[in-house]
Amino acid sequence: MAQMNMIEAIRSAHDVMMDRDDSVVVLGEDVGYFGGVFRCTDGLQRKFGEHRVIDAPIAEGGIIGAAIGMGVNGLRPVAEIQFADYIYPGFDQIVSELGRLRYRSAGEFFSPVTIRTPCGGGIRGGQTHSQSPEALFAHVSGIKTVMPSNPYDAKGLLIAAIESDDPVVFFEPKRIYNGPFDGDPDKPAVSWAAHPKGEVPEGYYTVPIGEAEVAQPGEELTIITYGTLVHIAIAAAKETGVDCEVIDVRTMAPLDVKTLTDSVKKTGRCMIAHEATRFAGYGAELAATVQKDCFYHLEAPISRVAGWDTPYPHAFEWQYFPGLKRMKAGIRRVMEAE
Amino acid sequence: MISKSRLHIPKPTARPGEEPDFSYLELSPAGSVDKPSIDARTRDIEFLANDLVRVLDESNEAKGPWDPKLDANDLQVALRWMMLNRAFDQRMWQIQRQGRISFYVEAKGEEAVAVGQGLALRPGDMCFPSYRQQGLYLLRGEKLVDLMCQCLSNTKDMCLGRQLPVMYHSKKGNVFSISGNLGTQYPHAVGWAMASAIKGEDHIAASWVGDGSTAEADFHHALTFAAVYQAPVILNVVNNQWAISTFQGTAGGERRAFAARGLGLGIPGIRVDGNDLLAVYAVTLWAADRARRGGGPTLIELVTYRGGAHSTSDDPSKYRPKDEWDAFPLGDPIARLRDHLIAEGQWSDAKHESLENELRDEVTAAWKEAQKYGTMTEGPWLDPASMFDDVYADTPRNLESQRRRMLEVMGDE
Repeated sequence: MAQMNMIEAIRSAHDVMMDRDDSVVVLGEDVGYFGGVFRCTDGLQRKFGEHRVIDAPIAEGGIIGAAIGMGVNGLRPVAEIQFADYIYPGFDQIVSELGRLRYRSAGEFFSPVTIRTPCGGGIRGGQTHSQSPEALFAHVSGIKTVMPSNPYDAKGLLIAAIESDDPVVFFEPKRIYNGPFDGDPDKPAVSWAAHPKGEVPEGYYTVPIGEAEVAQPGEELTIITYGTLVHIAIAAAKETGVDCEVIDVRTMAPLDVKTLTDSVKKTGRCMIAHEATRFAGYGAELAATVQKDCFYHLEAPISRVAGWDTPYPHAFEWQYFPGLKRMKAGIRRVMEAE
Repeated sequence: MISKSRLHIPKPTARPGEEPDFSYLELSPAGSVDKPSIDARTRDIEFLANDLVRVLDESNEAKGPWDPKLDANDLQVALRWMMLNRAFDQRMWQIQRQGRISFYVEAKGEEAVAVGQGLALRPGDMCFPSYRQQGLYLLRGEKLVDLMCQCLSNTKDMCLGRQLPVMYHSKKGNVFSISGNLGTQYPHAVGWAMASAIKGEDHIAASWVGDGSTAEADFHHALTFAAVYQAPVILNVVNNQWAISTFQGTAGGERRAFAARGLGLGIPGIRVDGNDLLAVYAVTLWAADRARRGGGPTLIELVTYRGGAHSTSDDPSKYRPKDEWDAFPLGDPIARLRDHLIAEGQWSDAKHESLENELRDEVTAAWKEAQKYGTMTEGPWLDPASMFDDVYADTPRNLESQRRRMLEVMGDE
């Protein structure tokens, strides 16, 4: 085992897979010689060569479109989109092509592309470096959508994504690349060193796509969340003294319904938290799923804590972001409700 | 003199009821355009993007350096494929008009594109067509009956009822799955070609879009990536003058040929008479050789005319002169190859008519067989439960549960 932050874990996943499988190639803006703006591909070009770690033009639609063609020709491309906020020029290629190729050709053609992209706020990135567009992708059939919340899961899920014959959109919550975040921006940053999930095997292992995890067991309230907010939910639970079970969804699609509903049936209360805007957000799907299976176990309405339905603001980040204060308020509200 | 800004609205030269006018088309005499070496620098061969490579002249003779010198047998084979393409299209069009399939797209007047280019490529080369290159599927071994079954969405449909008619695919023939969205296949071809180079193979890729789709971002993404990585790919623009009702000028074709779109990126362009099978074959072979030997991409503009409607859902009499195709200066590709072979003493009107009849019978027999596997009104039927397959490599729990629910509610009749 080694201590790794999320960046190192992601880099290690690439390294392991590129060693094991010559068909794995990486392409994206700044990923090659420089090693990526977040350093997730640092050193890979030196080790595996410029034919396998390819600096791409600034054209996200081209990156994803070319990756699809590479996948059809037997490669296993990992495409980095520098920020999730920049993914939209490639959206049609993901929705209309990548997600449907297997289906429309009755299984004859497919393209096992993994698209990695840093997402989420809390970094003073304003509206073009802070978005959480996971619901847009979870809504698309034929795509798997993943968001890890720690180094161990990041590496294991990324290896699973690269190995998957299905396309995967892999969101990396960049606020926690270097350490977990409890949602209070005034506290000094902490590293992954003290976190059990910062212990990462150096070699090959997978975390299966499609399985949620109980990040913290509890009895009084289920908080269903993912990404950065897993850590904020745990911190908020501690500060409020409510015995919360925190579920890390990890895979938006396909969703592990059972882990969610088993928990809510036990606790009788459910709060859903995500950074993305609330209206028609992924939380709406979670709420609908939970109420259908857990209706007679619920002691209070399902509640949501989410980004406000505005673009992501620069100056008012901590009023907008579902940080510690908003998370605690959410917990109190759902515990008081009858 | 231009004295103030103005909004220019491109307009076709003729609308319904007006005299067809192709004066905007710049033509070069057959045999007049030089054929450079495949390792020529793009900047030295820019003329290829502006002139028009033609081999067959007005008296049906093959002229000049681009004459591929195909023997009579090869030309007869090419003629046969084009005629089969047309016979197939004619029958499927009628069948759609009879309400027996939902939709169809014909290649009338453009058959030399898929056939001429398809014959110039090797079987291991991968094709990423749009929906008007059905000739590629025929050339590469898809049987008529299988294409018909796709159009019928019947039990033998290669797409298992998931795609509109004509959105074929052929894994064994190395022809990609047609999306139905426009131009999306262009970057796929470039990525496929990049992978071929990464793997050290000498297969190349080829893709096709219409003049209208050159305006899509994917077109420009593909050109950029092809140029940057010198991908072994042939990027074809089938300029058939019309994108549904939109004249090619609205896609930006008024002031510069589509073949010249790549010049700014250093991609050589060739503008070719798309209705001259010999010229189409020759330029494709040139571009394929160049790509295969590390010379990178070529953009080919095939100047042709959409002889029919855009699709069975379209009525071109609403927006263009009815007799426009008759006035098209580059004629009909089938008639031109026929006349060339006759001029060479290698074909006759009688042989042509007899081949037409033979192909019509072949199509009729295939249609008869196709209907055995189900029609829109008669079984056997595809199993609706199969609609949940192939969304993913393995069907996830949520889709299995929706499959059960669908069968509960809809029955499994």
